[in-house]
Amino acid sequence: MKVAVLVKHVPDTETRIQVKPGDKKINEEGVTYIISPFDEFAMEEALLLRERLGDVQITAVALGPQKATEALRTCLALGADDAILVSDPAFEGADAYVTAKALAAALKGGNYDLILAGKQAVDDDAAYVGTAVAEFLDLPVINLVTKLEVNKAAGTAVAARDLDGYSQVIEVKLPAVFTAQKGLNNPRLPALMGIMKAKKKEIRTLNAQALGLAPNELGAEGAKVEVKEMFVPSKARKNKVLTGAPAETAPELVKLLAEEAKVL
Amino acid sequence: MDFRLTEEQQMIRRTAREFAERELAPVAIELDKTGEFPWDNWHKMAKQGFVGMTLSPEYGGGGAGLLEFTLVLEELSRVCASTAVILEVHNSLHAETIEHFGTPEQKQKWLPDLATGKKLGAFALTEPNAGSDSAAQQSTAVLKGDHYVLNGLKCFITSGSKADLYLVMAMTDKSKGNKGITAFVVEKDRKGVSFGLPEDKMGIRASIQTDLILEDVEVPVENRLGAEGDGFKIAMTALDSGRIGIGAQALGIAQAALDASVAYAKQRVQFGKPIAELQAIQWKLAEMATDIDAARLLLYRAAWLRDQGGRVSKEIAMAKLFCAQVAMRHTVEAVQIHGGNGYMREYKVERYMRDAKITQIYEGTSEVMKLIIASSLLR
Ligand SMILES: Cc1cc2nc3c(=O)[nH]c(=O)nc-3n(C[C@H](O)[C@H](O)[C@H](O)COP(=O)(O)OP(=O)(O)OC[C@H]3O[C@@H](n4cnc5c(N)ncnc54)[C@H](O)[C@@H]3O)c2cc1C
Repeated sequence: MKVAVLVKHVPDTETRIQVKPGDKKINEEGVTYIISPFDEFAMEEALLLRERLGDVQITAVALGPQKATEALRTCLALGADDAILVSDPAFEGADAYVTAKALAAALKGGNYDLILAGKQAVDDDAAYVGTAVAEFLDLPVINLVTKLEVNKAAGTAVAARDLDGYSQVIEVKLPAVFTAQKGLNNPRLPALMGIMKAKKKEIRTLNAQALGLAPNELGAEGAKVEVKEMFVPSKARKNKVLTGAPAETAPELVKLLAEEAKVL
Repeated sequence: MDFRLTEEQQMIRRTAREFAERELAPVAIELDKTGEFPWDNWHKMAKQGFVGMTLSPEYGGGGAGLLEFTLVLEELSRVCASTAVILEVHNSLHAETIEHFGTPEQKQKWLPDLATGKKLGAFALTEPNAGSDSAAQQSTAVLKGDHYVLNGLKCFITSGSKADLYLVMAMTDKSKGNKGITAFVVEKDRKGVSFGLPEDKMGIRASIQTDLILEDVEVPVENRLGAEGDGFKIAMTALDSGRIGIGAQALGIAQAALDASVAYAKQRVQFGKPIAELQAIQWKLAEMATDIDAARLLLYRAAWLRDQGGRVSKEIAMAKLFCAQVAMRHTVEAVQIHGGNGYMREYKVERYMRDAKITQIYEGTSEVMKLIIASSLLR
């Protein structure tokens, strides 16, 4: 079986994001990058599939600048067999639509049985690419997957999704695209041996030409949406102080934590 | 000159940091309290590939260099210095030494299990009357046909009673002084091997130290590492590598103290503002950070030099000396920055301070490091 995992390299969630006034992208100076956490679930699921099914070939795919090879290298260290970097200066200014189109072009003809992606990337939170890749490839997509079982012989997969208040179990004929939700698994760390082996594995780079994409399909020109403005919101916090007897304020606090802060 | 770590080294560091946060942080405080031997951590480190990571892939090792191992030990020590020293002794003092000095048969026999962590290794040089003066060995090994008979008392042996294999130094010829010392690999279950009770310690409490008692222990000639008389050289070579590990341990502890101090200073309010806004505190933090960076550069240079091959005892001694001093000085400062809270178990800095002290003592005291540095200057 062949599995492709889409990974995006995103600023570390602990990074303090800065935007230069007038810029429409973040200031990348001094930013450390990680694999978007939802993509880590996707990668882990591919590894688990291999552990369960045996013969599973895993290809990690990323679109981004040269620096995105770091994310791919991590996937290789985790156990991916090979990796593809979709990279071209012409992608500058690409939106999720262009990204999905380019990734679909890179995946086309690869005969992947499963394409796994995170449900969204934690930088722009578009939650768009996995679904759009499926659309471009004319494949079924199951989003927000929290459980995945593959029946190799039947060429099908059964996926569970936890939705607001209920769960769904869906069967789909492969090939198909799945996007990973938190709860799917617990991503492992790359073992030392894997890290040492990763540098010997291949990362193929595909540029726009290799993908057969025309200039007007790329970057800002091909994008369907345009970023008009980007800024870091002022830090002023809206503090709320509850006054009254503890017996009254405690339930109120619990309610606020659950409904407004959504931390409970 | 390029001060950047390679992509691979950065990945190793990130992995070790994440591993330490995920696996060691939840248990570190409790382990310090109970002094229980952290077998769980050991097995997890083995699965992660940290155990035996510097051994050759031929024997199931990771094939990494000492610099990579330094990064791992630094990150682990940032969270649990006890766990780190168990790994350090196993890898640097024990397993690597067998790889370095062993015959092909010996390596085949011991290294695969040491590389996977199935067996734990220890190093037994110190005796009640042979500490800094480690050449003053009183343990003896007498050749009788196809085996040696070992007698003696080793003390402060890290992982004593838990380890499966002990690299033991003993005198085969007293008349030759340190040229009469020979190294042996002694299995735990050999007749005549026994252990003292665990020492009750100030710090690194989840590591264990015991006496190793050898009473007419018969050890086959095949267990001798190197030739007769090579023992001292073997022990000193092992300690060169080991001292980089202790430097890394010290550095990790110091970094933890700095991280905790920065976080605390920003959050603790006195006189109407965070104490981080007081210049007195800022100066402390600035000095801590500068010293820690200087220590790190000395240490990485020593590890890097060692990876290039050859003996670089002076550079290693400088790195170990300075890292340990920085760790001690600044863990004390970290407690000071935390005020009364810093004295409490609940805040981790008092543990850092207790853990830091040992780095100035074991694998050669600070004074001994200065002896090594000076002797190379005055040669
Ligand atoms: C927790 C712990 C774990 C250990 N683990 C191991 C282990 O796994 N294996 C092992 O073999 N050993 C181990 N040791 C022993 C350790 O390496 C020794 O304690 C250390 O080398 C110092 O020896 P000593 O304790 O006999 O001190 P001493 O040598 O008695 O030193 C006392 C003081 O005198 C100073 N001094 C001594 N000689 C000189 C000199 N010539 N010039 C200037 N100053 C000098 C010392 O620096 C020190 O300040 C461990 C010790 C501890 C505490």
